[in-house]
Amino acid sequence: MHSDANGLRRGAVEIGTSVVLALVGLAAIWDSLRIGAGWGVDGPQSGYFPFWLGLILVGASLANLVAVLRQKGAAAAEMFVTWPQLKLVMSVFIPAVIYVAAIYPIGIYLASAGLVAYFMTRLGEFSWRSALPAGAATAVVAFVTFEIWFLVGLPKGPVEEFLGY
Amino acid sequence: MEELGLLMQGFGVALQPENMALMLIGVILGVLIGVLPGLGGANGIAILLPLTFSMSPVSAVIMLSCIYWGALFGGAITSILFNIPGEPWSVATTFDGYPMAQQGRAGEALTAAFTSSFVGAFVAVVMITFVAPIVAGFALRFGPPEFFAVMFLSFACFIGMAKGSPLKTLAAMMLGFLLAAVGMDTVTGSLRLTFGSEEMIRGFDFLVAVIGLFGISEILCSIEDGLKFKGQRAKIDLKVVMKTWKEMPRHWALALRSSAIGCWMGITPAGATPASFMSYGVARRTSKDPEGFGKGKVEGVIAPETAAHAAGTSALLPMLTLGVPGSPTAAVLLGGLIMWGLQPGPMLFVEQKDFVWGLIASMYLGNIAGLLVVLVAVPWFAAILRVPFPIIASLILVVCAIGAYTVSNAEFDIVLMLIFGVIGYVMKKLDYPLAPLVLALVLGDRTEEAFRQSLLISEGSLGIFFSNWLVSGIMLGGIVMLAWPLIGWLRGLGRPPGGPRAAEA
Repeated sequence: MHSDANGLRRGAVEIGTSVVLALVGLAAIWDSLRIGAGWGVDGPQSGYFPFWLGLILVGASLANLVAVLRQKGAAAAEMFVTWPQLKLVMSVFIPAVIYVAAIYPIGIYLASAGLVAYFMTRLGEFSWRSALPAGAATAVVAFVTFEIWFLVGLPKGPVEEFLGY
Repeated sequence: MEELGLLMQGFGVALQPENMALMLIGVILGVLIGVLPGLGGANGIAILLPLTFSMSPVSAVIMLSCIYWGALFGGAITSILFNIPGEPWSVATTFDGYPMAQQGRAGEALTAAFTSSFVGAFVAVVMITFVAPIVAGFALRFGPPEFFAVMFLSFACFIGMAKGSPLKTLAAMMLGFLLAAVGMDTVTGSLRLTFGSEEMIRGFDFLVAVIGLFGISEILCSIEDGLKFKGQRAKIDLKVVMKTWKEMPRHWALALRSSAIGCWMGITPAGATPASFMSYGVARRTSKDPEGFGKGKVEGVIAPETAAHAAGTSALLPMLTLGVPGSPTAAVLLGGLIMWGLQPGPMLFVEQKDFVWGLIASMYLGNIAGLLVVLVAVPWFAAILRVPFPIIASLILVVCAIGAYTVSNAEFDIVLMLIFGVIGYVMKKLDYPLAPLVLALVLGDRTEEAFRQSLLISEGSLGIFFSNWLVSGIMLGGIVMLAWPLIGWLRGLGRPPGGPRAAEA
């Protein structure tokens, strides 16, 4: 299995996705049975519709799982994503997660400035001297557009509070 | 010719200076969205939707639909110059558009693409002008069973006409319906599928899902191929435009056929992307020189662009007349109608004449504006992709986050957006279609409502869905569509086992 070293196999991800979807379907069936999936005095109960949706989802995912397991040859060995590709994807995704997490404490403007500056220096080979002003400009443009022009309040942190917003 | 009178009234609405300005802003924003990777018609409109609450519905829909037209035009620019389809429906345009650009015929390819887009859209708008009132008049007689039947038919079409695995289409659709069911049950008021979480009571807003599924996932997908865009330069001058236009009338038959394919695929919810591929395929098969396709033939640009634009435009027909959108972008516009306090469906044509005909008139004007904007400003839009990817990617992330937050001022929605981004990334790479998921998420509540109301009328008998010729006809159409892949599968079983196709079915 030399290709294992090169990345994540498509087949493995297919199986994982089918199993997760089937579990989602099972969860829907379970919850629908809890609130009643049958026929009440006033018509179909709340769980009636989701119960059948869940059942069909379980069926479709299991059928798909069987189709994947029966696959052989080239289709089964295909890559979902190679490790170098995954590394690139993560170089965008992990900062994005940190960005979203940072919005809670420091507000969206500072977080956005940080994200733009980080991307420019780490992924784009810009120097801090050009990245920091670019990040700041993003935050200011967003602030003027939303808070002042469109009067839409976005998440703010202590710095904006200090400045009187 | 009552329609023409109403259309003239509509032009009166659309030609107001304020609406003209919004139209132009919409088209320019739309082309921009179409050019940028990670921003497309559906999620671009989803991001801007919350900013239109203070506008009148007709101004809002004019601006947002013009974004859609702009995005349809914009997708061609990156396909031809950079070999990167800015939108899924312009993938087929890369086959011949990029080779033409490599041969130094970029201007010709772009002019042909824009012009045929315009022709496709124009045919579709004329079709909408005359067919929509008929369909709406017909649909006025619909009750809950008929509405459920129409939804059933459109979802069945997804499965019957699925390009990939029908099982995956079905799974994606069910996931969408289940996500729509999360939260308060509108009929009985009980909580469903919340599993004790307070954040889930609000349910999943489809705008947040669209921004994640189409926006974030697109960034993740496009970064896989590295950080640089390589492209051809383009200059369009009047001479190239005139020369191309002189040759365009020769392809009138091709354009008409592609428009017809596009209109058909747009009304049934197959959408612009399959329409463009199908039209390209048909053009190659019927051509005298099929070998020349893929090597820079102008027909290979005209066919998919005409069909994609015709399909994208006619997707608004079922959205306006039945409240059943024909594409994800139309679904987002439908969500907009509900937010602006309009009830989508045939009553629009009775109660909101100004809105409907203003929108239809703006389709004529918006496409003219779009054609002019792209012809004049192509080099500037192409220059955007020369901005380094890290800057574009981070800005798009910021825009998506702001868009997700403003949907309902909830920070948790930004987290959901990221989760949907990952879901979209995995689904895209495994060929699970996103369109049925989004449409099910938008229509889930209304489908369920129609279903439950019908069952209440019939006191629980499913026979109500076959109680008269109209509803039975629509249901039968749906069942045939559902059975379609099954028939193909059964025929596959008859073949000797071990063939690669048999395992896939």
